[in-house]
Amino acid sequence: MLDMFIFEMTQLVDQLETTIVQSESEYNPDQINEIFRVMHTIKGSCAMMLYDNIAAVGHAIEDLFYYLREESPKNLDFKRLSDHVLESLDFVKAELGKISNGQNSDGDGSALIKDIEAFLKAIKTGTSLPPASAASPAPASPPPAAPAPVAQKTQPVPAPQATSAVTTAPAPAVSEAKSEQEEGDMMYRYKAMIYFQDGCEMENIRAYTLVHNLQDLAQDVTHVPADVIDESAIELIRQNGFELEFVSELDYQRINNHLSQTVYLRELNLVELGTIITEAKPPVEQPPIPMEAAMAAEAPLVESAASDDLTAVASEEAKKKAAAAAIAAATAPSSAAPAATTNLINVSVSKLDTLQNLMGELVISEAMVTQNAELQGLQLDNFHKETRHLRKIIGNLRQTIMSMRLVPLSNTFFKQNRIVRDMCRQLGKEVHLEIIGEETEVDKKIIEHIADPIMHIIRNSIDHGVEMPDEREKVGKPRKARVILEAKNAGGDVLIIIEDDGKGIDTEKVLRKAKENGLTTKPDNEYTEKEIQQFIFLPGFSTNDQVTNFSGRGVGMDVVFKNLEICGGTALVDSVPGVGTTFTLKIPLTLAIIDGMSVRVAGAQYTIPIANIIKSFKPQKENLFTDPNGNEMITDRDEVFNIVRLHEFFHIEGAITNIEDGTLMQLENGEQKICLLVDELLGQQQAVVKPLPKYFKRVRGIGGCTLLGNGDVSIIADVPGFFDN
Amino acid sequence: MAMEHDVSMEANYGAEDTIMDQYLTFVIEDEEYGVEIAVVKEIIKMVPITRVPEMPEFIEGIVNLRGELIGTLDVRKRFGIMPKEHDEETCIIVIIGDRLSPGLGLLGLIVDAVRETAIIPDSQMAPPPSAKLNYANQFIRNIGRVDNDVKLLLDLEKFLALE
Repeated sequence: MLDMFIFEMTQLVDQLETTIVQSESEYNPDQINEIFRVMHTIKGSCAMMLYDNIAAVGHAIEDLFYYLREESPKNLDFKRLSDHVLESLDFVKAELGKISNGQNSDGDGSALIKDIEAFLKAIKTGTSLPPASAASPAPASPPPAAPAPVAQKTQPVPAPQATSAVTTAPAPAVSEAKSEQEEGDMMYRYKAMIYFQDGCEMENIRAYTLVHNLQDLAQDVTHVPADVIDESAIELIRQNGFELEFVSELDYQRINNHLSQTVYLRELNLVELGTIITEAKPPVEQPPIPMEAAMAAEAPLVESAASDDLTAVASEEAKKKAAAAAIAAATAPSSAAPAATTNLINVSVSKLDTLQNLMGELVISEAMVTQNAELQGLQLDNFHKETRHLRKIIGNLRQTIMSMRLVPLSNTFFKQNRIVRDMCRQLGKEVHLEIIGEETEVDKKIIEHIADPIMHIIRNSIDHGVEMPDEREKVGKPRKARVILEAKNAGGDVLIIIEDDGKGIDTEKVLRKAKENGLTTKPDNEYTEKEIQQFIFLPGFSTNDQVTNFSGRGVGMDVVFKNLEICGGTALVDSVPGVGTTFTLKIPLTLAIIDGMSVRVAGAQYTIPIANIIKSFKPQKENLFTDPNGNEMITDRDEVFNIVRLHEFFHIEGAITNIEDGTLMQLENGEQKICLLVDELLGQQQAVVKPLPKYFKRVRGIGGCTLLGNGDVSIIADVPGFFDN
Repeated sequence: MAMEHDVSMEANYGAEDTIMDQYLTFVIEDEEYGVEIAVVKEIIKMVPITRVPEMPEFIEGIVNLRGELIGTLDVRKRFGIMPKEHDEETCIIVIIGDRLSPGLGLLGLIVDAVRETAIIPDSQMAPPPSAKLNYANQFIRNIGRVDNDVKLLLDLEKFLALE
């Protein structure tokens, strides 16, 4: 999971960097769009992984480009703009570096964000910008992954670079924290029971962080279990929760707010035990100044990253706990997140293509060598034994290369669970995500293009489609909504279906919005429901007026369509008001690998996707008949089928014309079935579907072509094409 | 061997002037035709061709060129000349279609035989007679003269156009 995240983020960042560097002096609208979209994805992914500090920076850039996209202001300082984006990317990269080294992402992007916001404001108001040097402070991001955890463990004393960079940033927070502390003489005693979410791991470290974060807000902190550094505490906290008792001068609301910001918090029970009136705290009790500064600097981070223990280590080195904490911090990543040593490598698909082509050549040249004419008539027992061996190895190699391109959808699908959960929590909705057919394998190329669309559609379904639980109850639906994410091979296509039982698409609203955005081309009353629904795929279309963290900028569906277009797919939406919405993403055969049945018609070979085949059989004369219109039919087990002769369909000469002499294949396309006449079956094999050469026009009934093991080319039938006569 | 061809021609493409006047000539029936060398990728021997149903007569089918699938046309059929048995000399000229119109990919032209690369400067070229007497004529852009020979230079765009 973490692997995938880092891998994807790295790719996105690289992509952005290339775009920006290429067009530093001026961006065209496409590039602005692209940057906006990529940032949107970065933000979304980071928020999903709870790296809120990165997400916040992403959000700021997204905001900026949202404005640029919508308003396309003139006289933009593109150089400054590029600087801002690149600085942010550096920040993201640095944080990614930390994460992939098993450290916590603890960088603070608030200075960056402030910069970007100032920049945006300046653009908006059209005022001239302050000189660059004044506005952008020293890069807020430390060099990627500077201090390794090991270094910290061995020498806890000097503050590592990362921390120093962090502490410089938010000065105002210091005074705020102070003022809170000096507020009054009333002290309250609290007891809090804290439960972490199941499977959040490192409960003890989280508890430790919690205690640590309380330190400048509370005194006399005691907790059960008392020793959170010891690993045995993990189990205890998991079972019994983490009990905290402390005295603080902050009121219930504030303490509650503070604690409920805890990462991975499942449940919080805060009880006020009593009030203590004390005199103003003697200064001795105050923590030493440098520490306070560091702590206060940390305060804005509380809600961010998984835990701040690295920062904590550096600032607290004077204390006794430091050593223990350092060990905890250093061991935590290794125990919980076995440092992201990637077992994945990034191979470009074009290399895989080349590999596959070479494979084809290897097969051909193997045949040329082993069946060489010059060998004929020779007694070569050993030679033949070796060639069999060679052929076997080549066969295995071929299989492996094939499988390298195939990736099950499960990874992409299960990722959605997290999105659903997070969204539900944020929006207060209840949704159950049902995943079907995640084992469906698709070409890597397709996965790359459909991961984003799926995420966006699910977000949209939950954000716009699913109603609030109370609302659902009112209309007689179960409180918990259901979203189904399903993949299946349908004929020559891979279908990905996302279905929700929400309120459906409000076509009136959609049409109105489409009109506002100038997307309509004919009078309102000429649009059918279906046509109106398809508007949502147009760029810049969003009916949700409020920008949320998840969707609502009209970027989602835009992405869906763009990405699908790249791999030649289509998206359909079908919505019934009050009942729900179904999105169907149809990815064409042309990139997938299919199981195919090779058949022969006259001298030509065709490949029929196995997914369409129900069965094949030799027809019996007594089951054949012709209707008055001359349509040939056959009965099979009380069902009647139309017969389509492949040789007639494709006008192939020299094929078997007598039905009884050939083979019938029962094919299905959705509900419909036909029987297809071919000369004979040749055998089953996997086929990498390639599109027909571009020079050729599209022909009904042809889905593409494939290379056979012997180097021959076979035409792949597009079974649905045989149906709509 | 084919590879070497490939490399040398690709390399030349950068230096426009060195190949500008060069033409690869091939034979159909008794006439010698030429195509600009800049669009030629390589020449391969005849290989099995997979027919694609429902295509115009002159489209022969798909050829597997080292894993790349390329559409292949029979020049004889395109010219409307009687087909002839393929023999030792029959070969396929692989054209880089992208240089004619981006996205076209590679294309194969089946010809009776290839002859040579000829240098034909503009000064030795004449437009074809305006009267189009036969079908093949409409694909000729220019008529080049080398010594005493006449080479009919193909207008590939017209030649490849699918009506």
